[in-house]
Amino acid sequence: MPTKTFAGSTVDVNDEGFFEDPTQWTKEMAPEIAEEYGVPTPLTDRAWVVIDLMRSEYFDKGTGPTVRKISKLSDVTTKELFVLFPKGPAKLAAMVAGIPKPKGCI
Amino acid sequence: MTDSHPIPPAPIAAPIEKVSIIVSKGSLEGIYPALIMANGARNEGIEANLFFTFFGMDAIHKDRYEHIKVATVGNPGMHMPTMLGGLPGASWLATKMMSKKIEELDFPGIPEFIEMISDTGAGIYACLASVDLFGFTKDDLIEQVEEIITVGDFYEMAAGGQIIFT
Repeated sequence: MPTKTFAGSTVDVNDEGFFEDPTQWTKEMAPEIAEEYGVPTPLTDRAWVVIDLMRSEYFDKGTGPTVRKISKLSDVTTKELFVLFPKGPAKLAAMVAGIPKPKGCI
Repeated sequence: MTDSHPIPPAPIAAPIEKVSIIVSKGSLEGIYPALIMANGARNEGIEANLFFTFFGMDAIHKDRYEHIKVATVGNPGMHMPTMLGGLPGASWLATKMMSKKIEELDFPGIPEFIEMISDTGAGIYACLASVDLFGFTKDDLIEQVEEIITVGDFYEMAAGGQIIFT
């Protein structure tokens, strides 16, 4: 299984780079992950609203939310999501939040 | 004996960077999948443009885009005799049933979906030939339509990407 090192700790990831075990993630890793996948840094409070939501939804429902779900569950609009995480918001937010890629078509 | 014709290695699949989706049909089943594909592309970080032409124009027409219906005639997927599909109210009923299901699944209706796709940064365009053919003007179309363009403009915009026709 591939591994990556963020904030000095080694974590298990899949071929695409998503965390295999979200419990290995710590807040300190987020900026480094963001940096690696082209997410604008420093992570703003608004980006953290999304990251926290990704994790709470994952632990609650077993999968992270899609873009539409994020905008419905928070006050972050679709437009803003594409500013915070330009190249695929749900995917990149999941990456930074250390959870697997969200499932869902819409 | 050595094999003189080894199988060449499969080419490495390059990721899709851009899609141009053409919507030519005005039925729910003609429009909705195209919207899912455009939205899905943007959510994967893929550049996406939607082009509406012919009856697909209904999806961006102010007076029509809230009233898109399922085709019940000439649609074997409905699993009902064509003559039944042609009865008054059949399309209305099928649309009502499908809209209910869409709502239950918490999928967006067409107006909300198009607004959302526009917010993802996808381009929404109307076809000049169709605008002329149906006698529409830009004012007849929803505000998310960026421009009315020619087929030449379309190909220019689609260059270097994949083209999908529905």
